Amino acid sequence: MKFTVIGAGVAGLTTALALATRGATVEVLERGASIGAESCSRFAGGMLAPWCEAESAEELVVSLGVESLSYWPQRAPHVVARGSLVLALQRDGADLDRFARRTRNSSLLDADAIAALEPDLAGRFRRGIFFADEAHLDPRAALPALAEALHARGSSLTCNVEVRPNDIDGDHVIDCRGLAARDALPDLRGVKGEMLIVHCPDVTLTRPVRLVHPRFPLYIVPRGDNVYMIGATMVESSERGRVTARAMVELLNAAYALHPAFAEAEIMEIGCDARPAFPDNLPRIRRNGRVLHVNGLYRHGFLLSPALARMAAAVALDNAYFPEVMDEHRRQRTVA
Amino acid sequence: MKVYGIDLASRLLLGTAQYPSPAILADAVRESGAEVVTVSLRRESGRERAGQDFWRLISELGVRVLPNTAGCHTVKEAVATAQMAREVFGTSWIKLEVIGDHETLQPDVFGLVEAAGVLARDGFEVFPYTTDDLGVGERLLEVGCKVLMPWGAPIGSARGLANPYALRSYRARFKDTPLIVDAGMGLPSHAAQAMELGYDGVLLNTAVAKAGDPVNMARAFRHGIEAGRAAFLADPMEQRDMASPSTPVFGMAFRT
Repeated sequence: MKFTVIGAGVAGLTTALALATRGATVEVLERGASIGAESCSRFAGGMLAPWCEAESAEELVVSLGVESLSYWPQRAPHVVARGSLVLALQRDGADLDRFARRTRNSSLLDADAIAALEPDLAGRFRRGIFFADEAHLDPRAALPALAEALHARGSSLTCNVEVRPNDIDGDHVIDCRGLAARDALPDLRGVKGEMLIVHCPDVTLTRPVRLVHPRFPLYIVPRGDNVYMIGATMVESSERGRVTARAMVELLNAAYALHPAFAEAEIMEIGCDARPAFPDNLPRIRRNGRVLHVNGLYRHGFLLSPALARMAAAVALDNAYFPEVMDEHRRQRTVA
Repeated sequence: MKVYGIDLASRLLLGTAQYPSPAILADAVRESGAEVVTVSLRRESGRERAGQDFWRLISELGVRVLPNTAGCHTVKEAVATAQMAREVFGTSWIKLEVIGDHETLQPDVFGLVEAAGVLARDGFEVFPYTTDDLGVGERLLEVGCKVLMPWGAPIGSARGLANPYALRSYRARFKDTPLIVDAGMGLPSHAAQAMELGYDGVLLNTAVAKAGDPVNMARAFRHGIEAGRAAFLADPMEQRDMASPSTPVFGMAFRT
């Protein structure tokens, strides 16, 4: 069977690879000039942190997300499995308790334990939460690695092609366009996220550090060589590309609160895009004739795409059915 | 409850910020029975109507929108935000916040009175977020407010009524003005207490949004507010120092 996958973000690439691995012929069409150039995956934190996410996400995100921890080490370079650390400023101690209560598979740390994990944070925090089984990766290394794997399996990947599902003649179209698929998925919305990348030779962190923040999950993810990704805001907006001063103030303030040496960091990049999300912030595989939509990964692209790609391939090849991601009215039903 | 000529059956006004997802927000609003939701007009999402998906989700709830000026620290900022909100939401209602202190988010009552006057003259129907200070309440009425919203406790603190005595005096002082306790709720019992004091309504957000199960907490607050209101109307008995047996003890025929 031959499939055309539209979109080479993390959803498109993982789905294409899942199909190719199962022997299908796959062509991937991407609107951007290169892999990741026009994908919101490019700005992702790349945290494989299913248990942390339970603080604000539903159980499904945890259960599907666990799959990412075994998936990525086989397919992307430099996946670092050193866990994640959650900290709070002194005044937000109550929020740290709440975080611990709402999550699991973690241990509580005192000041000495924090210093043992991340020596540069010694003496700065008295309490923290450690999720030892979590990992992180660099999205900008992972996306090309998936493209390589596709090539190795004989799939084609063409950039600079902007198409809609109806423009494709084939019998099997997988629509992974993210927010651009709103013409076909009217309940899809954008949630804007702003981030920045800094180089800070004075601070060495070896694992993602989250700072409990009242409005959005704020994290610093090491990219190696003292380069850090700091993200990410959450704004109900489909706007792409406009980074506000407010966002930078909040992100940099948090980094500075984590360690004052971040004040001397060199800003290498600021970036922003809109995540595709459905009203319940959970992903969907939705069939519409010969088109299969795989979308709504929200801020969980690298976390959920391995499971979603596996399911999408099973839907496409075996006509499988996964009610947890295929019932459009799941939430209404569970609440009623 | 009647505010600015509008009859409301529900005495709960619910904020729309910080929910895990818009779907949970929608379910929480439905369970709360609220007929009014507050919406913060964030400038960052205002440009080119890029935040229109969220507004659409809000408008699909079929409830009245009370835009707020959350996060404004000056009169000018608050007035500009109110004017923008009137345009975006097509309502002259505005929940007016002018924040005076970063740490406690206390209202700047001087700026509040000034901004309320400017907005009332411009045709707005102002719901001022204020302290429990009687003099400030008086000034807000003088400049044209027809509703007062004294705080229960600092925004997002979940402490309940920090000063029930002051709120009792406030109620007694402003007998004929609709009074809504705004901010500081953590539990339905806090809201019930406000209603037992004779308040007309309660406005809250974080206590529901940040609960582990916002939908159930919304339902709990609805019941808390209904219970408190019913208790107020039922004319509760006075406290007394000694026990007062509820059954006659004279004779005590069955006592062994």
